[in-house]
Amino acid sequence: MNITLRVWRQKGRDDKGRMVTYKVEDVSPDMSFLEMLDVLNEKLTLEDEDPVAFDHDCREGICGACGVVIDGVAHGPETTTTCQLHMRSFSDGDVITVEPWRAKAFPVVKDLVVDRSAFDRIIQAGGYISAPTGTAPDAHAMPVPKTDADRAFDAATCIGCGACVAACPNASGMLFTAAKVTHLGMLPQGQPEREARVVNMLNQHDEEDFGGCTNIGECAAVCPKGIPLDTISQLNRDLLGSLASGKAE
Amino acid sequence: MALKSAMAVTGGILVLFLIAHMYGNLNVFAGQEAFDSYSHHLRELGEPMLPHGGFLWIMRVVLLVSIIVHAYAAAVLAIRANRARPVRYQARKRVQRSYASYTMRWGGVLIALFAIFHILHLTTNHIHPGGAFDSPYERLVAGFQPEFFYVTLFYILSVIAVGFHLRHGIWSALTTLGANKASRERPLNIIATVLALVITIGFLLTPLSVTFGLVE
Amino acid sequence: MTELFIEGDPIRDEKAPEGPIEERWDKRRFSAKLVNPANRRKLSVIIVGTGLAGASAAATLGEAGYQVTSFCYQDSPRRAHSIAAQGGINAAKNYRNDGDSIYRLFYDTVKGGDFRSRESNVYRLSQVSVEIIDQCVAQGVPFAREYGGLLDNRSFGGVQVSRTFYARGQTGQQLLIGAYQALERQVAAGTVQMHTRHEMLELIVVDGKARGIVARDMVTGEIQTHFADAVVLATGGYGNVFYLSTNAMGCNVTASWRAHRKGALFANPCYTQIHPTCIPVSGDYQSKLTLMSESLRNDGRIWVPKKGDDKRDPREIPEEDRDYYLERLYPAFGNLVPRDIASRAAKNVCDEGRGVGPGGLGVYLDFADAIKRMGRPAVEAKYGNLFDMYQRITGENPYEVPMRIYPAVHYTMGGLWVDYDLQSSIPGLFVTGEANFSDHGANRLGASALMQGLADGYFVLPNTINDYLADGPFEKLDEDTPEAKEAAEAVRARIDTLLSIKGDRTVDSFHKELGQIMWDYCGMERNEEGLRKAIDRIRELRDEFWRNVKVLGENDELNQALEKAGRVADFFELAELMCIDALHRRESCGGHFRAESQTEDGEALRHDDEFAYVAAWEFTETGEQPVLHKEPLEYEYVEMKQRSYK
Ligand SMILES: Cc1cc2nc3c(=O)[nH]c(=O)nc-3n(C[C@H](O)[C@H](O)[C@H](O)COP(=O)(O)OP(=O)(O)OC[C@H]3O[C@@H](n4cnc5c(N)ncnc54)[C@H](O)[C@@H]3O)c2cc1C
Ligand code: HEM
Ligand code: HEM
Ligand code: SF4
Ligand code: F3S
Ligand code: FES
Repeated sequence: MNITLRVWRQKGRDDKGRMVTYKVEDVSPDMSFLEMLDVLNEKLTLEDEDPVAFDHDCREGICGACGVVIDGVAHGPETTTTCQLHMRSFSDGDVITVEPWRAKAFPVVKDLVVDRSAFDRIIQAGGYISAPTGTAPDAHAMPVPKTDADRAFDAATCIGCGACVAACPNASGMLFTAAKVTHLGMLPQGQPEREARVVNMLNQHDEEDFGGCTNIGECAAVCPKGIPLDTISQLNRDLLGSLASGKAE
Repeated sequence: MALKSAMAVTGGILVLFLIAHMYGNLNVFAGQEAFDSYSHHLRELGEPMLPHGGFLWIMRVVLLVSIIVHAYAAAVLAIRANRARPVRYQARKRVQRSYASYTMRWGGVLIALFAIFHILHLTTNHIHPGGAFDSPYERLVAGFQPEFFYVTLFYILSVIAVGFHLRHGIWSALTTLGANKASRERPLNIIATVLALVITIGFLLTPLSVTFGLVE
Repeated sequence: MTELFIEGDPIRDEKAPEGPIEERWDKRRFSAKLVNPANRRKLSVIIVGTGLAGASAAATLGEAGYQVTSFCYQDSPRRAHSIAAQGGINAAKNYRNDGDSIYRLFYDTVKGGDFRSRESNVYRLSQVSVEIIDQCVAQGVPFAREYGGLLDNRSFGGVQVSRTFYARGQTGQQLLIGAYQALERQVAAGTVQMHTRHEMLELIVVDGKARGIVARDMVTGEIQTHFADAVVLATGGYGNVFYLSTNAMGCNVTASWRAHRKGALFANPCYTQIHPTCIPVSGDYQSKLTLMSESLRNDGRIWVPKKGDDKRDPREIPEEDRDYYLERLYPAFGNLVPRDIASRAAKNVCDEGRGVGPGGLGVYLDFADAIKRMGRPAVEAKYGNLFDMYQRITGENPYEVPMRIYPAVHYTMGGLWVDYDLQSSIPGLFVTGEANFSDHGANRLGASALMQGLADGYFVLPNTINDYLADGPFEKLDEDTPEAKEAAEAVRARIDTLLSIKGDRTVDSFHKELGQIMWDYCGMERNEEGLRKAIDRIRELRDEFWRNVKVLGENDELNQALEKAGRVADFFELAELMCIDALHRRESCGGHFRAESQTEDGEALRHDDEFAYVAAWEFTETGEQPVLHKEPLEYEYVEMKQRSYK
């Protein structure tokens, strides 16, 4: 099939950027979206044009590196990562618009590549359990009810891709933050730091210039890992608990 | 961070007011006397502990503060959202978000404008289509006569806007207050929809029945 | 063959303690010099890589009080390729009371490695495995649990005990996120300085000691020098030399290769593991291969049509026209034979022209019987997510049509040579995780790589590196130190060359061609003639690369083609060494199958009398003969036997 791409090109942080149209021919429906971009890049290189930069690594939907907005939807029309989206989801002759994640907290580095280090800083603010190496008790010392373990796991599958931010009309990073708060908060090991964690992580979230959440739910709808929206409610519950106990200022 | 809780709490107060107000309005069906005495009663509530009209004023202050806090929080969130995405998308498609959630901000402003008009109309009676009256009942009946269909229409549109605002607002407030769980997502959405519908229809009944001559 | 390499002096692991095997690790920890906590602040360590091996080491050394500087090429440390591991992690906890023990895990690993690993190392790995699980649970890793709240286990890769801990099909992800969070906690505490989107391009060696690295900031192109008292490489495996593999796109050998060029010995480069159950290639645009968990072989049956070129819909091929070749050849183990055997058998039937799917490179993995026997819901519950993944990638519904699978390069057992302390042959250069060669011999057991990465990072390195650091801090260096200057200059010159060639072939086209050569001649089955041919072709292609590669853009920007060009350039040199290593080892062992060395019925044949050694290679010059140093392997505890799965 033949595809027309409208791709965001931006040389660097300070460049203004613009949309550029390219044609890609002989696209196989079995190609992944990124393989289609590879084909475009091979062609551009041979034509002495700078290839399109995009982030990717594992190409199997788990590292969270990839991610672009395709026709207005983060990660495109299927609920999966961009690398696991295949061209059979499109039809011959389609015009596809490809843009980077848009958020102040995720500045564009080049073309479709953005800087998501804000997420790392949110984790630094409290997204962990303090467990110095070598001090752990036997793993069976503290049984965890299966339902709690499963819920923690569901939240822990977040791959940090940032699609939630890209899709949120407020450019809020709440689903990402809530996923971590829920993961650690559901486990007995996570209790001692629970109240401080939510406050510190949210403060960092706000400091990074993410927008506030108004419970729109687009985030969960595009999340490739299906992080449930109720994690945000869990975060709010933890936050109210923390405010009530006076741990937060 | 507290913004969201403030939003939810003030929104909640406004919802409670709306429910009470709707109940009050439905008194039109009991006739002029009942309606006017209800209105009068409002001003006597709490007497003699409170001066005449005291309860009403307390309520007004609470409402005003709520609205201001609510609007302030909404404005701050809106500004933050705008700052958080300085470059817009060229293509935009909604995946699941509802029309209601989409219109919260402008819908809210519309409601506020409506409220001002509405107070000038029915409380202070500065605006008086169909003539000024002392009886709230008469103001009301006069205002919604078929010849002032544009007034009625404005009310209807505004009340529908309120309905939308509440549809998302109630769901959102419950989530913000931590009530949402995976198993509750559906029930909460149903509660929000039903409440919003009840309030919308409840409000619509009054002006429509005047317009169509059921109440005169 | 001597024209291809020179044999040098044998080497020995000087650090390995003697005595009863259970006491060796205690002994080493006791004899290693300690650094008192107040002095640790004055000592610095560079750690390249943030996978399980790197992140765990950085978190632990940071917590201990050393000044750690950490690097990764991704935009976040959480994206290291350890994240992709699906199956699980082994540990000799014996929570099942099914006869497991540290000794049994040790035994299985030595045997599984086909007697080409060191007993002392493997025993230590088994000992430490127990603590890993405790550590991860304390960090909040959500392992699968049973209704009683205790950890669940499964058996993996054909072993008879249930010792594999798992977190659905995302064990690597959960373990890595645990280590990543511990790392970020240290970043917040100021003990670890993190540099993301930085690629190590050279090692700095001063007075014979590893003292720093040259790294390129991949966003600005700045060439930086970083110094420390010791350098740790935890940069993962080099399977991408084959172009198509289950590795991430960015996996590379550059860090290891640069260290090798500076004097670190490279051990057993030819040992690669080829995983039997991957989704086959669908076209020549294919950029990587995806692994399907091995657990599928527990219930799926593998077959090909009896006659070649059978174009019928698989569902219409009657039983009598199908060849369930694994069940036929290995009646005792059937579809559950070890990875290397299953892979080679698939290759053989495809070579006979009986493969299925595009290009005839695939065999059926059929669940029709399982669905009949267990019912579709049970199959769905057990394998649903894998089936979904398969459907997403291929567009076919595996509940209806048999899956197609084919082997793919998955893991590299070879790597930089290290001693018992995980120190390479360059003092001050330590190597952990998949990047070293240490614990798996010629073949790795399933669920053991995660175990090794975390063992190295959390428990082994932090107890051995102190022995080296106790002599520090070493002399202060800066970018004007001649060795550092020279290293940075070399990096700049190489980049300039790559950018100035302006030829007419893309980097990818070279990489693809190199990968094809490696797959054809240094893949599942190797023989002398093929390897010699491969070496010639690699050399020609490498020459062409340096004459004709086309890399656009500049250094001072994000330039993904430039990054890739540097990596492919190093793969060329590695590929040659792999072929030389494969050629010199005229035996079949583990992942290395030499056609000339097989039993009458086509099974691998080891030659313990000649080849029971680690082949540690010394670099001389590009295209020149490398020097082979042999480290003899001795087995005191496990008796050397030929594997048999008949
Ligand atoms: C698909 C798949 C499934 C697997 N499943 C299992 C399993 O179930 N059980 C099991 O035990 N094992 C499994 N393995 C193997 C196991 O995952 C790996 O061997 C192990 O995770 C490697 O960890 P590592 O820390 O050594 O390296 P990696 O996790 O690969 O980390 C390498 C790090 O080095 C950095 N790096 C590399 N080069 C440079 C450079 N030049 N400059 C700067 N930084 C650099 C990278 O950024 C990265 O942070 C699997 C492997 C794959 C590919
Ligand atoms: C100035 C006018 C108003 C504006 C700009 C406005 C805007 C908003 C916005 C943006 C939200 C965000 C939803 C969220 O944060 O989740 C909201 C919520 C809400 N609004 Fe309004 N609104 C206004 C007036 C009103 C009025 C008059 C009422 C009551 C009748 C009301 C009731 C609610 C309720 C119940 C919520 C839900 C609270 C929550 O989300 O936590 N609003 N409003
Ligand atoms: C369409 C149906 C409505 C009718 C018929 C109606 C009718 C009235 C009447 C008769 C009064 C005067 C009461 C009195 O002075 O005693 C009043 C007051 C008021 N109404 Fe409504 N109303 C309607 C909808 C709304 C809505 C949707 C809102 C909110 C957004 C609202 C907000 C108010 C407020 C704030 C007052 C002033 C209360 C006070 O301070 O005295 N009304 N309404
Ligand atoms: S919550 Fe979902 S969308 Fe957001 S970063 Fe995590 S995986 Fe991506
Ligand atoms: S879309 Fe945005 S508003 Fe909240 S619910 Fe999701 S973060
Ligand atoms: S490239 Fe790793 S998730 Fe897409």
